[in-house]
Amino acid sequence: MKKIINSPSNVWEEMLRGMAFTHSDILERLGETGVMYRKYEGQGKVGLVSGGGSGHEPSHAGFVGKGMLSAAVAGEVFTSPTPDQVFEAIKLADKGAGVLLIIKNYTGDVMNFEMAMDMAEAEGIKVDKVIVNDDIAVEDSTYTAGRRGVAGTVLVHKILGAAAEQGMSLEDLKKLGDKVIENTKTVGVAISPATVPAVGKPGFELADDEMEYGIGIHGEPGYRREKIKPSKEIAQELISRLKEECNWKEGDRYGVFVNGMGGTPLMELYIFMNDVQEILSKDGLVFDFKKVASYMTSIEMAGLSLTLIKLEDEKWVEYLKYPVETAAWV
Amino acid sequence: MLTVENVSAWLLAFAEKLKEHQVYLSELDTAIGDGDHGNNMARGAKIMEEKLTSQTFNSVENIFKTAAMALLSSVGGAAGPLYGSAFLSMGKQAAADTNDVAAVVKAGLEGIQKRGRAEAGDKTMVDVWIPVTKALEEGALTKELIEEAVLSTKDMKAKKGRASYLGDRSIGHIDPGATSSGYFFECLLESGILKE
Repeated sequence: MKKIINSPSNVWEEMLRGMAFTHSDILERLGETGVMYRKYEGQGKVGLVSGGGSGHEPSHAGFVGKGMLSAAVAGEVFTSPTPDQVFEAIKLADKGAGVLLIIKNYTGDVMNFEMAMDMAEAEGIKVDKVIVNDDIAVEDSTYTAGRRGVAGTVLVHKILGAAAEQGMSLEDLKKLGDKVIENTKTVGVAISPATVPAVGKPGFELADDEMEYGIGIHGEPGYRREKIKPSKEIAQELISRLKEECNWKEGDRYGVFVNGMGGTPLMELYIFMNDVQEILSKDGLVFDFKKVASYMTSIEMAGLSLTLIKLEDEKWVEYLKYPVETAAWV
Repeated sequence: MLTVENVSAWLLAFAEKLKEHQVYLSELDTAIGDGDHGNNMARGAKIMEEKLTSQTFNSVENIFKTAAMALLSSVGGAAGPLYGSAFLSMGKQAAADTNDVAAVVKAGLEGIQKRGRAEAGDKTMVDVWIPVTKALEEGALTKELIEEAVLSTKDMKAKKGRASYLGDRSIGHIDPGATSSGYFFECLLESGILKE
């Protein structure tokens, strides 16, 4: 394992310290917890709380700030944060109008956040949740815990964050969140694995000339492994998967987001976006929102994911473009 | 009957067992999960020990509650909230009645199912809690019954939790959460509570 760290057991702590120092104008860390909360007060507005394991930076603290999340909770690498810490984040985020939790669909995350929800309700805080499950790679069946939550989560943060900033109620935010999630679909590809520092070796193995479609952001198995192909062909494969889900027709309005997994340079992400654009414009899709960034990473995994969001409501475009003050969203 | 003394002893013995079997639990989890169950539970066990031995308690409910909060704040993953929910529910039931141990354990099972939504046969800790609850109701809990329940998860296909991502590949491995739950009930047997 080759990493710029001091010790695997200090990764979480030292990263949080570095983050809090760097972005001290926007956010603050609560004591020695994994909770990062925004300095912007937002009195009377609904608070948004998200989080999950570390290793996905800049998710989730990078999206804390005015116009996006009120607080984010970071667990150990690829490990859900604990309910007591999520509860602390809820308390900090509550500015009198209640709190909405944005949870990615992983067994641990869902349980820990729901537990925190129970604790908050017991203290009289109004709290609700949305669960993001945008990854279409792993088919829903009785034998999986449903679909995973991946890069589309960041778009949910963005839309709900803008709506909350403009004064939307908790009830309406919950409805909007569910609607946005329904219309947000992602599928990814990996060409090299990530190494969790405490484990010391890669989470899976891929030969030098291999890639795997549909791999999860913790290195969970995808749906097919094959020899690496040109960007155009990868784009074609991911798009055909998404098309099966979305059934778009000419003139439909969409947002498109190419997300880097951590080890893939922007250069390649832009090449891929160019391919996506060429293929989708043939179908006559209209793009009201475009984004290329490494927002939901998997440590140093090389690869990317493609998220398409059907923009059912013009208002969503406005929310996606609404100005924010965060460390990561630009 | 549950008392402050015997519940405290039960939980401390459980903590001891978790630390003792840390490596084994993580090995089981490596096969079908993310390999951290032993480490996570051992970390929780240490915090639970600290909290249980550093103060005195006036009720069984408070002991369970303290143990729950210790695990909730330190274990992480799915095991933290599952054991945490179990102990919180057990505490509430114990506040109503400390005589009926089966009812207290049943409340724990309900807490786990509310949190994790697992049913019998899903290859989870519930596959130990269900037969143990039944045996307690019949006054027939034995070490053999607990061991059988743990082993029964080996041939099951996981339908809940991280192991469910593996589908058929989860068959042939004992569930780590069922194993740690087995330790919990072995400690109950060894505590002598059921004879009091």
